Amino acid sequence: MIMLIQFFVPSGFSSDVRSEITDWAQIIYAFALIVGVVGLFKYHITRISRKEEGWVFNMVTVSSLVFMAFLGFVFGRGDGSPFMWFFNHMMAPMQASVFSLLAFFVASAAYRGFQAKNTEAILLLLSTVFIMFGIASLGSSIPLFSDIANWILVNPSMTARRGIFIGVGLGTIAVSLRVILGVERTYLGKE
Amino acid sequence: MSIGIDYTLTGNVTAGKIFLMRRLILATFLSLFLFANSYCYNLHISDYPDDDGTRLVIKWDKLPPPELAAVNPEIYVLERAVDSPDDFIAIGTVLGLDPALGTTDEALEEGRSYFYRLTYSDSNVVWISDITGPSAPDENWYNTKRTNVLIGILVTGLVVGLYIMWGKKGKSYYLRPIAGLTAMDEAIGRATEMGKPILYSSGRGKMERPASIASMNILGSVCEKVASYGTPLIFPNNDPVVTAVAQEVAREGYTKAGHPDQYNPDNIFFVTDSQFGYAAAVDGIMVRERPATNLFFGTFEAESLILAETGNSIGAVQIAGTDSSIQMAFFIVACDYVLIGEELFAASGYLSGDPQVVGTLKGSDYLKVVVIVLMLLGTLLAVFNQSWFVNLFVTG
Repeated sequence: MIMLIQFFVPSGFSSDVRSEITDWAQIIYAFALIVGVVGLFKYHITRISRKEEGWVFNMVTVSSLVFMAFLGFVFGRGDGSPFMWFFNHMMAPMQASVFSLLAFFVASAAYRGFQAKNTEAILLLLSTVFIMFGIASLGSSIPLFSDIANWILVNPSMTARRGIFIGVGLGTIAVSLRVILGVERTYLGKE
Repeated sequence: MSIGIDYTLTGNVTAGKIFLMRRLILATFLSLFLFANSYCYNLHISDYPDDDGTRLVIKWDKLPPPELAAVNPEIYVLERAVDSPDDFIAIGTVLGLDPALGTTDEALEEGRSYFYRLTYSDSNVVWISDITGPSAPDENWYNTKRTNVLIGILVTGLVVGLYIMWGKKGKSYYLRPIAGLTAMDEAIGRATEMGKPILYSSGRGKMERPASIASMNILGSVCEKVASYGTPLIFPNNDPVVTAVAQEVAREGYTKAGHPDQYNPDNIFFVTDSQFGYAAAVDGIMVRERPATNLFFGTFEAESLILAETGNSIGAVQIAGTDSSIQMAFFIVACDYVLIGEELFAASGYLSGDPQVVGTLKGSDYLKVVVIVLMLLGTLLAVFNQSWFVNLFVTG
């Protein structure tokens, strides 16, 4: 409610209130993170102690957690620190590897999704072909493909997206009102 | 004597008149000359409307000023002094051909006085406009440019509030069947029959996001059903606050179903706040635990397809709902059922059947009708070049 009122009040006091609430949210997040890490630790230690299937991976997680925390607390997180070295040379490449899987998943999903089984699927397939070729460097040199791709993106695609945006916006307002008015309290762990 | 006197007097009068006329002509020429050279080139300072008292609007007349007409400079310097018109410092340059004829001075302090002037200098000419000020920025307590938003919220609140009230009084409403939610029982039943767990994910949203709140509401209903079937539910989390909330929601759901003993807090755990670390962890859980049903409700980003495709590869029944239109497309190709747009927010009402929550859905449905009417009206008026209607919806 305070944030809602704050939206209409441009004064310095209002932005101070917003900044204070945001700071508190950060503090709560920091403490919740400690609780989360303790929970994570407990979860993996339990699995290791019970020698459940794949417990070696749990061991890797726990030892990595302890090792990185040790590096961070002892040597700091500045440029050139061991913590950053491990982050840049291990964490970042691993994250990039998982992200790169997306290319293969897009290919497999596209293969499954764009099978021309009915009229709608044929339209979807045609749109895909035009947009894919229209945006790719080879296809953009063909004027027709590029124009059709732009038309699909600007007209039918944007129209559908805006319809979804309006629905999501109204849904968001309805959820917010339910929360503000206390109608919906499930997220608080109450009926 | 008297004549002489008169004569003398007449002569003095004539001489005095001539003297006066000379003075008058001189004064006229002098004043004309001075007036021509002291043309006032003022800046016009006003408070920036609807702000926090840190901005002033500075406007100026068309450049160049008459004194500099022959030089016609390309660039002038805008200067500012604080509290007294003494120590001016340059705060920016003004292009002579700039059609805006104005700028906004930002990051000022409320309650302090500001003086402004425009200057130009080169090796031959030094020109300084008149000092304008003191001017002080005012703090505003209401943003008038957002009145349309306020009206929108009040109307929405009124309509939704009215339906909540009617819901409280016991009025029932029809909800059209939503395929994704109708299939929920079937998906949970399938997991029960196969003796496999259900995997739940709320994505990467923080707790303050409406999609995360909607996800927690759905989780409550899912936990009730899962508890009565005795099927384990695994919920790896990306955010520690969401983890804490999810644990409470699940505990309440199991308790409500009459099976608090089945609630296992270890099954709802924080994994990592790293996006792809989370995707890798959930993928790993899917491959190892092989859940029969995957439920993805919340805010998802690039990890959506990684999760949904992995779920698809293990043969799980997948139901998803997100507020992101881009990720919705990925879910549509990889999941069995997808809640589109506001269906995610309607899910808790649909699953719980609470008349008050259902009332809010009915209210937002009627508001959708209002939005459609306004859109049609706006389109019609735009065709006839009437932009005033569309401008009513512009906010600042």
